[in-house]
Amino acid sequence: MEQIIEWISQPWPWYVAGPLIGLTVPALLILGNKSFGISSSLRHACAACIPASIPFFTYDWKKEMWNIVFVLGVLLGGVIAGFLLSNPDAIVISESTQADLSALGLTDFSALMPSEIFNWSNLFTLKGLFFFVIGGFLVGFGTRYAGGCTSGHAIMGLSNLQLPSLIATIAFMLGGFAMTHLLLPHIMKFVGL
Amino acid sequence: MNTNKLSDKNIPLTPAECEAPNMQVGEKKDSLLKYLIVGVLFGIVFVKAEIISWFRIQEMFRLQSFFMYGVIGSAILVGLISIQLIKRFDIKTISGEKVKIGNKEFRKGQIIGGFIFGLGWAITGACPGPLFAQIGSGFTVVLVTLLSAIAGTWVYGKYSDKLPN
Repeated sequence: MEQIIEWISQPWPWYVAGPLIGLTVPALLILGNKSFGISSSLRHACAACIPASIPFFTYDWKKEMWNIVFVLGVLLGGVIAGFLLSNPDAIVISESTQADLSALGLTDFSALMPSEIFNWSNLFTLKGLFFFVIGGFLVGFGTRYAGGCTSGHAIMGLSNLQLPSLIATIAFMLGGFAMTHLLLPHIMKFVGL
Repeated sequence: MNTNKLSDKNIPLTPAECEAPNMQVGEKKDSLLKYLIVGVLFGIVFVKAEIISWFRIQEMFRLQSFFMYGVIGSAILVGLISIQLIKRFDIKTISGEKVKIGNKEFRKGQIIGGFIFGLGWAITGACPGPLFAQIGSGFTVVLVTLLSAIAGTWVYGKYSDKLPN
């Protein structure tokens, strides 16, 4: 039993994690004819809490309750994995990434997230403004405008050979490359890292 | 009849085109538990494979590690094979329904919105799924990111008819 816990506590390789994520697609289809997707939960949150008579949010969100329950499960899974099955060692990051990020001002590479940024004390600072507020806004606005995120387009859509999902996935990647290589260096300097 | 017409008009605005087009029968409360379980397993994989890590996303966009490409690629491969098997053998849902998967229509939003999401993905280190798992695994400040993402979704909804699509 201890060996099993120890094995589970190690970081899982991509060839274990990827197929498990892929299995979510048939699992949701067979359990209840649901198409895998996560960003729509943000829309249901709007419809449930602040619909403000906007047609885009005026629908029976209670019928989409499965999606809200699903993302609450993801959060709970995070609690279980983060506190009960957590890896005692520091995350192993590619040396070149670590070198690049050190040059941009990061020094702590021990946790899953850089503690210099993702910290409550940064909430009302420029770091918080860019990394939480603006970043989050772009994620929510962009995924809804695109009609899906990595799960709905990249995984579910490509699994179903949908051309629009391929276009969306390419756009996601281009946006990510642009932020990482063109904007992030300036942002990190600007926020004082 | 009039009310029917009204609701027909609203159809494009319901999640028919979003990634979870499931305006089907509402589920009974007790049957929601299975989605919670799938969600929990999914969240555990996210954290255990360190997919929720901001550093992993940086590695991916800097082309300095194969890891995330391996995760996403193998997930698509397994999803693709699963859907092919479901279609080929006409596998039914546990309640005996035929499996239905909506097709996605091309819209400009997939390019513009997709690019905007990509910008946010690289700065937050998270797509929507990992946001929830990050909060759960103890990075509670990401709750602010999630609220801001909900705000972004709301602003899109408010102005969706004025945006090119």
